[in-house]
Amino acid sequence: MRQESWIRDFDWVLMVPVVGLCAIGVIQIYSATRGGNLDGLQWKQLEWIAIGVLGMLILSRIDYHAVLEQAPVLYLVTLGLLLLVLALGKAKFGARRWLDLGFLHLQVSELAKLIIIVTLARYLSELRTERLTLADLVKIGVFTGFPTLLILLQPDLGTALVMVALVAVGLFLAGMEWKHALAIVALTALLLPAAWHVLKPYQKQRLTAFFRPEETSQTSGYQTQQSKIAVGSGGIHGRGFGQGTQNQLGFVPVRWADFILAGLAEEQGFIGVLVVLLLYLGLLLRLVGTAQLAGDRAGMYLVMGVAAVIGVHVLVNTAMVIGYMPVTGIPLPLMSHGGSSILFVFLALGLVMNVRLRRFVN
Amino acid sequence: MNWEGRDTNLPKSRLTICSYAVVGMVCLLLFGFWKLQVLDSDYYAQLAERNRIRSIPVIAPRGRMLDREGRVLVDNYPSFSVLVLREDQALLEQHLGEIAEGLDLQPDDLQQQIDAAKGLPRFNPIVVKPEATQADIAFIESHRADLPLLELLMVHRRKYPNGGFLAHTIGYVGEVNEKQIEASGGKLRPGDIAGKSGLEKTYNDTLIGTDGMRRVIVNSLGKEVGRLEQKEAISGKPIQLTIDSDLQVVAENALGPQQGAVVALDPRTGDVLAMTSHPAYDPKDFAVRISKDEWQALNDDPTRPLLNRTIQAQLAPGSVFKVVMATAMLESKAVPEDFSVICNGAEDFYGRQFKCHIFGKGSHGRVDLHDALVKSCDIFFYNLGKRLGIDVISHYASELGLGRKTGIDLPGEQEGLVPSEDWKQRVYKQKWYPGETISVAIGQGATTVTPLQLAHTVAGVAMGGEFHRPHLILGDKDTKETGFPISEATTETVSQGLFGVVNEAGGTAHSVKLDGIEFCGKTGSAQIISNEGKARAGHVGKELVDNAWFVGFAPRRNPEIVVAVLVEHGVHGATAAAPVARDVIKAFYDKRSHEEKKQYTVEMKHYELDNADSTKAVAAVVDAGEAKKDK
Repeated sequence: MRQESWIRDFDWVLMVPVVGLCAIGVIQIYSATRGGNLDGLQWKQLEWIAIGVLGMLILSRIDYHAVLEQAPVLYLVTLGLLLLVLALGKAKFGARRWLDLGFLHLQVSELAKLIIIVTLARYLSELRTERLTLADLVKIGVFTGFPTLLILLQPDLGTALVMVALVAVGLFLAGMEWKHALAIVALTALLLPAAWHVLKPYQKQRLTAFFRPEETSQTSGYQTQQSKIAVGSGGIHGRGFGQGTQNQLGFVPVRWADFILAGLAEEQGFIGVLVVLLLYLGLLLRLVGTAQLAGDRAGMYLVMGVAAVIGVHVLVNTAMVIGYMPVTGIPLPLMSHGGSSILFVFLALGLVMNVRLRRFVN
Repeated sequence: MNWEGRDTNLPKSRLTICSYAVVGMVCLLLFGFWKLQVLDSDYYAQLAERNRIRSIPVIAPRGRMLDREGRVLVDNYPSFSVLVLREDQALLEQHLGEIAEGLDLQPDDLQQQIDAAKGLPRFNPIVVKPEATQADIAFIESHRADLPLLELLMVHRRKYPNGGFLAHTIGYVGEVNEKQIEASGGKLRPGDIAGKSGLEKTYNDTLIGTDGMRRVIVNSLGKEVGRLEQKEAISGKPIQLTIDSDLQVVAENALGPQQGAVVALDPRTGDVLAMTSHPAYDPKDFAVRISKDEWQALNDDPTRPLLNRTIQAQLAPGSVFKVVMATAMLESKAVPEDFSVICNGAEDFYGRQFKCHIFGKGSHGRVDLHDALVKSCDIFFYNLGKRLGIDVISHYASELGLGRKTGIDLPGEQEGLVPSEDWKQRVYKQKWYPGETISVAIGQGATTVTPLQLAHTVAGVAMGGEFHRPHLILGDKDTKETGFPISEATTETVSQGLFGVVNEAGGTAHSVKLDGIEFCGKTGSAQIISNEGKARAGHVGKELVDNAWFVGFAPRRNPEIVVAVLVEHGVHGATAAAPVARDVIKAFYDKRSHEEKKQYTVEMKHYELDNADSTKAVAAVVDAGEAKKDK
């Protein structure tokens, strides 16, 4: 591939929502943390974005087929890391999710998402059939279920849910039969009561809080309530940059990360939210469009895997902010502060670029 | 792997479904935001305001109490209560030990206080220490950044005179109870301070101010980060009392450690110049928060320090009642003015022997009304009582103000009792025995009075039937009561008799004569139990020893001051009670002489009149006196 064609074929359209969302995120992080003990957090975020962009550019140069070749190795390495994080991970908020790498507290589950996208794409692309058999389903269930289980053990319910959604999208595209889908749904419904007992107390509390918010105050119900107050009080036009009392006085929980959209909704109003959601819509539609142009099924699965993960993140995070879903601790892609999350999204977008660049090749 | 033969056949329709799903998702989310931000925006804006704005009451200081010359009797002092904010439970639990140590509290106690408040809304801070010390304040100020859980609330506490000076009259304050909150019609809230007794209670509406409100911006930890408007607190209005601190000091000291009461009135106006009841409690015990134990101890004390004896002790008046008898005799004209009897020390009435106080020590011989008053001859009044009959006695006693409240502006005044045939029939369903009239004639029997009533009645008689409602607020209008006109002749005769009590040789209170002052009065010695009862009991404990009374006034005509003194178990009015009245009346004239730059008639230095507003501790004086005795 010549240099000029690489620049010409680079997906500049995709970069419009990406850059837009990153910029809004950085500004909102600045608004949420200035003057506090997290003052200056936006600079760290910019550093991660720079690193992420670099990673994206590098990954887009490597043929994604080469990446797919390495899927089994990557898969095993990820499993190893997930076991390692359970063994000696750094605990924050009662969960072991982070590996201290010195420069980064790596959230291994973010990496795991990327690897599962690759592994799943590889597996599904090799099936070469329009209909999934039950045996295929079981196999997929096992090799995606294992890392998902390890993530659940951390515990990280949110990421586990994203995994499930990712696999579901993959299976849908691979042509899963409706009867199988219904059977899985039914089985899940039956297993849910049993799963309740496995949940950690804080997870149960979050779920209880979601269904009966008036009973809790400082905990999850309180967080949801404060988030809704922030969103609602923003009105159509918002209270202005740095003027949201919910955001500035700290009523909005983790307003620089998971609840960044609540702060934005308060300060920029419905118009700000509209801009952000349209940017996500543009991003996701561009991803689906890229999938439709993919040179082969493997590329399509890769891109759609990325789209599924980003889409579910946006859905779950945003729904949490407006109280449509319980608090699960899922960041908003490209906007929430957090190195692992930013790195993941950009690396995933690198894969997408890769697929787009190679749509005519060979 | 061989990618050459790869599958290039994409599931186009399923990908299209994915695009629709994405659009659907964004629409759903937008709908959610639309609902919150456009439809319900006002509601959430209100909640946001409520979140960030906290109203903190600014406590209004209560009005001060001044004496008749404007000297401060009751003041306020600023004090800080330590509040703990409980919104961040985790932070609180984490720092509990540190807070307990910094405030010098027991960690267990602190935990208990916090646990006790679990039922209250989280945003309500709780008071964990009502009186912050300098060290506490320093601790809180220096840890504002790292311990944003502690706040100081400025309150005003009552500064009462030391040692129970004027304690019963002033009263005390406390946290309002349910009943007061209801009665206030929304003005009082739980936790507010209101008068519970004495003038604090009567004039609560005047004294209590209107609390202000400070609206501040708080962050999510409840820490104040900014201020909005402030509604200033309006201080309570001061009240100026009729009390003269100088006389009050003298009254407190003269009564000293004795159990009893002193009331000094200006008979021309009804102004209460001094008023004391001993033993007294220390109102300071009530200023912060009285403990259950302390309260129980005060209630169980056999000397009853909470009783305001000036208006609540209902006791037989003894011979002081002879003032009423003399007035009844002269006004009713039921017996001639020159009515006289021969006192042999004792006389039989209705088959029972009644003794004169001189019994066993001689006799009074022939006595007329004047002699009978001066020498307090019981035989004369027995005969007079027999002649007048209970109906006439009770009529005059009632008309002269006994048996009903004087209407002084203090809560809890008692009525006393004037017995009559009707009363006995009504209460005991029994006929009145003529023999009972004989006892009533010398202020025994069922008759009971309060010291204030006695002062009020004698004042009225000395004023020729002009009565004024006793009151404690200076300049109180309409204190003149519907009088009971007494003829000039009667007033002259009675006051002449009472002048003789003090000033004639042989008068029962001759020992308290004051040179240059027309000091008049009547002694009284009231039995708590009949002589027969004493004999039956064999041993007579202190609690059954006679009460000593003295009611004095000066000058003889158009009096300017009336003083009633009760010394419980003081035995003789002349020796126990009269000196107290003398001291007060002496002080009254000495003060006037001093003001008029005249010579002092008597040595008054030990009362330290000039320092009266320092409200000397009576208890301390008493202690010092006893300490001297010990040496």
